[in-house]
Amino acid sequence: MFEGLTGKLSGVFDKLRQRGALNETDVTEALREVRLALLDADVALDVVRDFIAKVRERAVGQEVLASVSPGQQVVKIVHDVLIEALGGAGAVPVNLAAAAPVPILMVGLQGSGKTTTAGKLGMRLAKRDRKKVLLASLDTQRPAAQLQLQQLAERAGVTSLPIIMGQTPLQIAERAMDTARREVFDVVILDTAGRLSIDMALMSEVAAIRRATSPAETLLVIDAMTGQDAVNTAKAFNDAVGVTGIVMTRMDGDARGGAALSMRAITGAPIKLVGTGEKLDALEEFHPERVAGRILGMGDVVGLVERAAETIDEAEAEKLARKMAKGTFDLDDYASQLRQISKMGSISSILGMLPGAEKIKAQIGDKNLDTKVLKRQAAIISSMTPKERKLPDIIKASRKKRIAAGSGTTVQEINKLLKQFEDMSTMMKRMNKLGQKGLMRQGLSALMPQGRRPF
Amino acid sequence: MALGAFFSRLKQGLARSTEKLASGITAVFTRRKLDDAALEELEDLLIAADLGTAVARSIIASFRRTRFGKEVTDDEIKQALAHEIATILAPVARPLVIERALKPHVVLVVGVNGTGKTTTIGKLAQSYGEQGLRAMLVAGDTFRAAAVEQLQVWGQRTGAPVIAGQAEGDAAGLAFDGLARAKAEGMDLLLVDTAGRLHNKAALMEELRKIIRVLRKQDPTAPHSVLLVLDATTGQNAVQQVRVFKEMVDVTGLVVTKLDGSARGGIVVALAEEFAIPVHAVGVGEQAGDLRPFDPAEFARGLMGI
Repeated sequence: MFEGLTGKLSGVFDKLRQRGALNETDVTEALREVRLALLDADVALDVVRDFIAKVRERAVGQEVLASVSPGQQVVKIVHDVLIEALGGAGAVPVNLAAAAPVPILMVGLQGSGKTTTAGKLGMRLAKRDRKKVLLASLDTQRPAAQLQLQQLAERAGVTSLPIIMGQTPLQIAERAMDTARREVFDVVILDTAGRLSIDMALMSEVAAIRRATSPAETLLVIDAMTGQDAVNTAKAFNDAVGVTGIVMTRMDGDARGGAALSMRAITGAPIKLVGTGEKLDALEEFHPERVAGRILGMGDVVGLVERAAETIDEAEAEKLARKMAKGTFDLDDYASQLRQISKMGSISSILGMLPGAEKIKAQIGDKNLDTKVLKRQAAIISSMTPKERKLPDIIKASRKKRIAAGSGTTVQEINKLLKQFEDMSTMMKRMNKLGQKGLMRQGLSALMPQGRRPF
Repeated sequence: MALGAFFSRLKQGLARSTEKLASGITAVFTRRKLDDAALEELEDLLIAADLGTAVARSIIASFRRTRFGKEVTDDEIKQALAHEIATILAPVARPLVIERALKPHVVLVVGVNGTGKTTTIGKLAQSYGEQGLRAMLVAGDTFRAAAVEQLQVWGQRTGAPVIAGQAEGDAAGLAFDGLARAKAEGMDLLLVDTAGRLHNKAALMEELRKIIRVLRKQDPTAPHSVLLVLDATTGQNAVQQVRVFKEMVDVTGLVVTKLDGSARGGIVVALAEEFAIPVHAVGVGEQAGDLRPFDPAEFARGLMGI
């Protein structure tokens, strides 16, 4: 999500690393670059000023001048200030500490992703927190908006408030709360219409809804692609309804997401969740330290492990691990691994979380990062005989032709797959040698066969 | 809505949206010497309007050449900046002209999620309908919940027939059917809605290309226009959006939406400089009539609050 900024900052600090001691001129030069990088990343101007001032204050002086490696020291300072600016270490959970039914109000501009987020949040609370969730759309402005939430609720497997045409948003909100009390729901998610921050009539309407329902959370939903206007939006909504948390959507895009810094600075409210995809389960906690780590090119290993833990079948993973350790990993296991990976999401989003993966990603380009490749490979393997899967070495020309015909692919693709499997076996041997600590330190690049593409 | 009323509304919207920028400039430049510090502050003000660091720098550089050290007033600076910006924008202000001979002129509408594609299609149907053109709509967003129903409501409002298929069905097949129907019924215009997609998702972008390939089986010249709908609140990522969509589906023009809010849409200036891609229209509200031609002078003056 912050790749661009990562690139810029590492460029700046590479320069610093090449020098010896760091003086005030160096800091000033580096900070000019940091400033530009932040502005290009859509961090609001005022927020950038404060950020730069804080970094300068800490960078110029003993801390840095006394340091052996000035560049690293500045990286650390920028990293620390970045974490603070993003809200400090740790994720802040959605607040459900109120008498049931707990109302959660979703607000934001048009098209920021409120309704989709409401659906995702409903599913998350139902699935993870075992809450009985009621979704209600108060959007009487946009055509079919209420229907959209109803359909999302069906997909998410949660209840939605029956639609009654002609009711005002306030009436719908009250009906939702009544229904929730009567039918003993734990949480009521109130999705509101998108509104412009300057639309006084609609802003006072949402303020009235807030007064009537006293939500435990008022979540401001904002698009990660938002520019300098993030400041106006944050101020207007915060003044009108008192924002308690922020949800950044479309973090799976390639926007640098500087709006995260701006929103946090203006509202003081924590960023609680991030939307990372079109599927209903693509809603994750926001971890400032990880995002700051990503900004500085340190990767988000924790995020990757967490996502893996949620989607990967533990028993199957253990079986695979045992086989890897024993060195009896075969194409059947490879196929089952492919299935697990495709469950985790797109390869590019996984790669984005690995340290050192930036370069690899740039190398292979976006076009090849496609889960379809995984599906094709799974198809190839399923066209092999059990014997071929156990002993891939026996697959020669005529077997390749048969497999290609059976899986609707080409011999080249079979070759590619076999090559990858071979690379992967090599990689596993290296991984066993490196151990977990080595992996964390050297990152993915330590595993790459020299000069070869990973996929 | 009467035209006069509309312009006052547009002006009001733009003026409001740039109040801060304008008052900022006033604060900086009332009877002040245009020195380094002043120029730097002016550059910051342009950046705060989403023009981007590079464009802001180049505009300020030209100011430095012609006006450095001069005593300038607030009004002079605003006029000069508005003029500068209008000059950059003038070449890209080109309306979308529908070729009546094509029957239908196929317009593919693309963009990232939530920019206002469906609403824009509704407005386009209204606007061209008023010009006596017969429009047909294709509900090609088969992914998002209730997107089809949303377009159907617009169809009812504007009297344009809507071609819709099954949820999660194939958008390309639907577009193909839409084109066949539009041809058979002698429609002037076929507006094809698509699901919002992030430009960095290769598989989804490939889907868009498929829609085009399939349309070309019937009419090798289709689509005749590819509109990228851009949200005015978007920051610097808009440049990447335009670059990728242009490369993948050969975007022929932009519609900038949500200009009635506090967003300044300054990124349009950067897009004009980088791509010289036409800006056909701007969206200034949620109603059917709230789509207007892009007027660079008006936009630039609005941006400067004059």
